[in-house]
Amino acid sequence: MKKSNLRFLKLSGLEPLIITPESNFVNVGERTNVAGSKKFLRLIKEENFEEALDVARNQVEGGAQIIDINMDDGLIDGKEAMVRYLNLVIAEPDIARVPIMIDSSKWDIIEAGLQVVQGKCVVNSISLKEGEAEFKHHAKLIKRYGAAVIVMAFDEVGQADNYERRIEIAKRSYDILVNDVGFPPEDIIFDLNIFPVATGMDEHKLNALDFINATKWVKENLPHCSVSGGVSNVSFSFRGNNPVREAMHSVFLYHAIKAGMNMGIVNPTMLEIYDDIPKDLLERVEDVVLNRRDDATERLLDFAETVVGKAKESKVDLSWREEPLQNRITRALVKGIDQYVEEDVEEARQSVDKPIEVIEGHLMTGMNVVGDLFGSGKMFLPQVVKSARVMKKAVAYLLPFIEEEKLKNPQIEDKGNGKILMATVKGDVHDIGKNIVSVVLACNNYEIVDMGVMVPPEKIINRAIEENVDVIGLSGLITPSLDEMVFLAKEMERQNFKVPLLIGGATTSKAHTAVKIDTQYSNAVVHVNDASRAVTVVGDLLQEESSEGYKSGIKLEYEEFRTKFLKRTKKKAYKTIQAARENKFKIDWLGAEIKKPNALGSHVIEDLDLKKLVDFIDWSPFFRSWDLHGKYPAILEDQVVGEQAKELFKDANEMLQKVLDERLLKAKAIFGLFPANTINHDDVEVSLVDENRDKETFIFRTLRQQLQRKEGVSDYALADFIAPKNSGIQDYVGCFCVSTGFGTADLAAKYEKELDDYSSIMIKAIADRLAEAFAEYLHKEVRVKHWGYAGKETLNNEELIKEAYKGIRPAPGYPACPDHLEKLTIWELLKVEERIGVKLTDGLAMWPAASVSGYYFGNEKARYFGLGKIKEDQVQDYADRKGISLEKAMKWLAPNIADD
Amino acid sequence: MSNIQDILKERILVLDGAMGTMLQRYKFTEEDFRGERFKDWKSPLQGNNDLLSLTQPKAIAEVHRKYFEAGADIVETNTFSGTTIAMADYGMEELVYDLNFESARIAKEVANEFTKREPHKPRFVAGSIGPTNKTASMSPDVNDPGYRAVSFDELRLAYKQQVEALLDGGSDLLLVETIFDTLNAKAALFAIEEVKEERGVELPIMVSGTITDASGRTLSGQTAEAFLISISHIPILSVGFNCALGANQLVPHLEVISAKTGHAVSAHPNAGLPNAFGEYDETPQQMAEQIKEYVEKGLVNIVGGCCGTTPEHIKAIADLVKQFTPRGIKDKN
Repeated sequence: MKKSNLRFLKLSGLEPLIITPESNFVNVGERTNVAGSKKFLRLIKEENFEEALDVARNQVEGGAQIIDINMDDGLIDGKEAMVRYLNLVIAEPDIARVPIMIDSSKWDIIEAGLQVVQGKCVVNSISLKEGEAEFKHHAKLIKRYGAAVIVMAFDEVGQADNYERRIEIAKRSYDILVNDVGFPPEDIIFDLNIFPVATGMDEHKLNALDFINATKWVKENLPHCSVSGGVSNVSFSFRGNNPVREAMHSVFLYHAIKAGMNMGIVNPTMLEIYDDIPKDLLERVEDVVLNRRDDATERLLDFAETVVGKAKESKVDLSWREEPLQNRITRALVKGIDQYVEEDVEEARQSVDKPIEVIEGHLMTGMNVVGDLFGSGKMFLPQVVKSARVMKKAVAYLLPFIEEEKLKNPQIEDKGNGKILMATVKGDVHDIGKNIVSVVLACNNYEIVDMGVMVPPEKIINRAIEENVDVIGLSGLITPSLDEMVFLAKEMERQNFKVPLLIGGATTSKAHTAVKIDTQYSNAVVHVNDASRAVTVVGDLLQEESSEGYKSGIKLEYEEFRTKFLKRTKKKAYKTIQAARENKFKIDWLGAEIKKPNALGSHVIEDLDLKKLVDFIDWSPFFRSWDLHGKYPAILEDQVVGEQAKELFKDANEMLQKVLDERLLKAKAIFGLFPANTINHDDVEVSLVDENRDKETFIFRTLRQQLQRKEGVSDYALADFIAPKNSGIQDYVGCFCVSTGFGTADLAAKYEKELDDYSSIMIKAIADRLAEAFAEYLHKEVRVKHWGYAGKETLNNEELIKEAYKGIRPAPGYPACPDHLEKLTIWELLKVEERIGVKLTDGLAMWPAASVSGYYFGNEKARYFGLGKIKEDQVQDYADRKGISLEKAMKWLAPNIADD
Repeated sequence: MSNIQDILKERILVLDGAMGTMLQRYKFTEEDFRGERFKDWKSPLQGNNDLLSLTQPKAIAEVHRKYFEAGADIVETNTFSGTTIAMADYGMEELVYDLNFESARIAKEVANEFTKREPHKPRFVAGSIGPTNKTASMSPDVNDPGYRAVSFDELRLAYKQQVEALLDGGSDLLLVETIFDTLNAKAALFAIEEVKEERGVELPIMVSGTITDASGRTLSGQTAEAFLISISHIPILSVGFNCALGANQLVPHLEVISAKTGHAVSAHPNAGLPNAFGEYDETPQQMAEQIKEYVEKGLVNIVGGCCGTTPEHIKAIADLVKQFTPRGIKDKN
């Protein structure tokens, strides 16, 4: 029998995993995490569970000793996906043999996961963030379900970011778990927060050393527990420089493991063998990790440049220029190098009879290679857009010769693959996705009729007839656009159209297309949300041999999908609006801390220095807009898309630098902070007494959740976060609009004129990111300065993105308040258009597109939530309160109204 | 009453043998199963052995008495299928409380007789909690591996009801047994923890898994050690195996468990493997001979019998284990 003073972390799948002091570092597989793997997210979204199982299987075969499963994504029903996926995993003995780490920030997902796994799992994670009561409650249940737990070094105050805070939180968590909850200490795993070093900021110098020392302290003072962490964080500041990062990971792990870290997430390909690190590099990296000298960062930076320099030198290899002509053209297209394309095309032109043959021969051969690589997942969207740029330049060069040829031989008609009309529907201004699809299709020799944004349906119809197009593609990002698409489908049916209809854009979905659009149009309707699919879909639709079969196949597929979708949509129960109001979220207003804003009234920011926004940029959505999925910065190291992401990131930063240096975009904002109180449950009355305006009060109308939920869970409306008038307590609310879109349209047009779609799309994507960054920046300014309720807040960008702060800034049109009509109230209240020039379209999209608007709620209990579906009683009540017709309310709230 | 934890340190305890095998000897007819109370019941009831606690309580008491006479320290209540889930086959979900309460009461009454007569050898009643007839981590549909016929919460609620009634009826301990799907057992243990908390009591709990075949794994695919780890979060009295295999085939799995746990170890194997007619024909002497290996190797603290075993088997086992000291137990894992 064992020595009784040793207690080991024991986990189980079908087989045991026992972690002893002699165990090697336990590596957790994390490819089955929707937040970390683009591929996995896609597979789950598409409900392609078979392939999703392969992801898990490959990890286990690759040596992962535990697999981390995470389904936290806004577009997935996380609980359902977690349960379904786990049930399938459990049925695969070659996967289920290892223990499972159930990873979610949502307790209900964790609990649902615990209920379907027989083995002893690890819960990832809990913390004191929401206070002791919740922490204890969850720990007790985790114990009862028989799982180990990862405890984040996070408490009510925030995330631990120094030695003292780490050990303080770890000790407090441990004592509560072991003494109050009776949690077995060997089942506790601390995640002590690995943060980057060598960032250039003094306060980050100790990040690695503090972690290592805290690990040592924890292992010495908190018996039997384990320490874990995500290792790649430590080297973020050297992204793009793998030799340095690999060395940093190894050095960090070497010391952290010595201190007692025994499990974690490490990408095995990003790890240098400690003994193989060159001496000079090792010394500098250790100086940084262990903070051994004041100039450690500078010295490593200098050294890193020599490492990068070497890598770069070897990259500029011009030997391909010696290859045969076709190889050169193909390579230029595949690699997106436009430098030599004109001379190559000229050489090609001289080798053929007619200039058109260069396009049909040399260039199409190259583009076919691009198409194949893209189709098989070996090239990524940004690369294809760059290929298109090269293609366009080549074609532009040839055009005068072709025209000349046509004059000579007028009977020759060049016939492309087909003509496609593309438009962003009425009321919507978002076109990044549409432009990407257009470019990709254009590269495949389709002629694109791009009608731009905010295109009214009658214009689309007329143009389609006029140009005799073969396909119509519609795009939209905001919810009202969905109705526009339905309307257009009806109109196409009425006018006897036969051409296929493509649907794409962020709010569109296969479900909506199948249920709402496909039923309106008797010809093919296809949902294409992924530029990579556009080419094959359009090819299948237009190629004579495949067309008919594909069309009837797709019709059938949508019908089946529809039936399945409608069937699987569980009958959900709803409360009446009265009942929901009675169960509203209650704040103890007498005990609530309400800060009167330092700067009441409305304020304009005329021309903010964009440089201030750079640190606030959340890059993950930027990559997503280019079809590269994954969280920044991890995406830069992603095994599949990492390289491409790096390349794109480099281009983006170059463009961003140009924007900053040349002040190409203008950032403007308006915000206001006003006395406010909730009236009649769901309305927020805003008072403008000090503003010197005709109208003295405005009312924000909020919507309340009605879905029947678990006992004890409140039915939220945003109005719950503001003190009710009858409490006699004066509360406050804010609203805002920011834009960084001024100048974007001109720049994009200029790039398009230069045949550079890549840059045109890039500038729009960057403007969008800056707008979001501005909203984040302004929110912070409001919190710490203008409203001032969070005077001492210090959060890094990662925490900002995670929204670790007090108070929220929900935006009309988004889950907590899906009604776009509320923007009109903000516009009227702040006089947004008059004062900063941001307009609202018919569809209530903002123009310029790179704009963000919303409310500010400052209460510490305020949180984001999704309204979900509501019932007609609330819609009627809402229409009455707002003084609009029921019909109008139904139209705008359609996506949120529950079907009976 | 003496504390079972303390007694376990002193000697090897003997669990009873099969209830079903004994009841077969009575050759009860459909009418006997129904008794007066269920004479008009809508579905056939023959084979619902748990029901006999209500309709033939004397027979049940007699079987318990025979096992105690044979030397058993612990008898199991006649409640192997006493959950709403298993009783659904007979439409008897409503009777679950009565069945468990009565079964426990009958067993406790007999146990008290013996304890009174032989105070040096107190007798215990273990509330028997079977696996139900559904699995929470396996699909009954080969074409849909993600499907589940029962959820954790359904099991938890059903078990909770059974546990309440077993305790109300006087069970001294609980035996979660014949576990072929560990998740079912986890739901039972979860329910027990809830009841313990609500009543503010501590309870000795025995956990007994089933290794189904030569693969050495439970039906849900876990190895013996993985099974042990998966149920070790609850403070238990003992862990072990029963059913499916004969005493011989259980040895390697008991060795694993015995080496890896600080709790007591239990075993109640079948009387060998069934013959061509589905009968268990290992004699009491043959079975005792094999159990001798358990005690000689110091593998077990509690031993008894499952399918096919009789008071004669238990007597042979009880006589054998008297001569041996129990396996050492630590209080903590």
